[in-house]
Amino acid sequence: MEVKDEFREETTKRLKNLGVDPAVIGEVTRLVNVGPLEKLLNLARSDSLWPMGFGLACCAIEGLMASNMARFDLARFGYEVMRASPRQADVMLVCGTVTKKIAPIVVRLYEQMPEPKYVIAMGSCAISGGPFVDSYNVVPGVDTLIPVDVYLPGCPPRPDAVIHAFMQLKAKINQAKGGKR
Amino acid sequence: MDDISNVSKITEPVQKRILAKIAAAHPEINVSEAGHLHVPVDSLTAVMRDLKENFGFDYLSNVTAVDYLEYMNVVYDLCRVGTPYMLHIIVRIDRENPVVPSMVPLWGGALWQEREIYDLLGVIFTKHPDLRRILLDDTWEDHPLRRDYQWMSGRD
Repeated sequence: MEVKDEFREETTKRLKNLGVDPAVIGEVTRLVNVGPLEKLLNLARSDSLWPMGFGLACCAIEGLMASNMARFDLARFGYEVMRASPRQADVMLVCGTVTKKIAPIVVRLYEQMPEPKYVIAMGSCAISGGPFVDSYNVVPGVDTLIPVDVYLPGCPPRPDAVIHAFMQLKAKINQAKGGKR
Repeated sequence: MDDISNVSKITEPVQKRILAKIAAAHPEINVSEAGHLHVPVDSLTAVMRDLKENFGFDYLSNVTAVDYLEYMNVVYDLCRVGTPYMLHIIVRIDRENPVVPSMVPLWGGALWQEREIYDLLGVIFTKHPDLRRILLDDTWEDHPLRRDYQWMSGRD
């Protein structure tokens, strides 16, 4: 997904309004760009998401562990800071089957995260209940409990798909108006 | 294959002798053709204590229960640690009033297994020290592994 360089466009527009020479505009926007503070904050947020170290089932092996280790190295994008407390986390990966017994705990952890907060539903189970949807004890998708930003299909998704989900979330945050979703 | 058949040549007669000895000591036990011990629920505690203390079956490896709609079975697997001999003990209980004595005083390992059976099948274990649900939520109603359990699928 191509993200427009809104800051550069904004700066160019303002300099044109001031009647500045196009050659000078090119030189200035190469070094200095201006934009709304909220957008700047979103830019910072989207490049340093702190996921909550919270795994429910097998998807946590791929989503939280394998994608963080040397081969895929989620730290390249700045998403490696696993927080043990929801108070310090930005993004919650719901990795695995949500049973009716764990559902109130998932909701409570989501509510304890500070705004702005994002949710990635990882794997078939978190999206829709997956192969266990007919069971008496399985929630049919975590979006029946909390709002979900990115759906990541797979059973389980590969670590590169996890990275793709984070990229989608990054694009979503950068396109958002203001700090909230 | 030779090794295994040689072992079973030795163990099978011993297992049969053990079963015959148990049947002689407890005339209320019915030994099935497959070598399962069908024990009436009233004498279960006495039989189990005798098997543990006098027959050397010192380890309760498994407890489970089966719902047959007309009645229920509680199944115990005993073994002698270090030997290949095992007993399969079946207790038939009333489905409407499923009560059996707890084996926790004899084998502490029955604690969670009996809680699981209570949770999923609703069998009451008398004198169990902590008979609560173990897998499902405490507010759950009914017991989902019963054959006539009704539930809603999460499908649209």
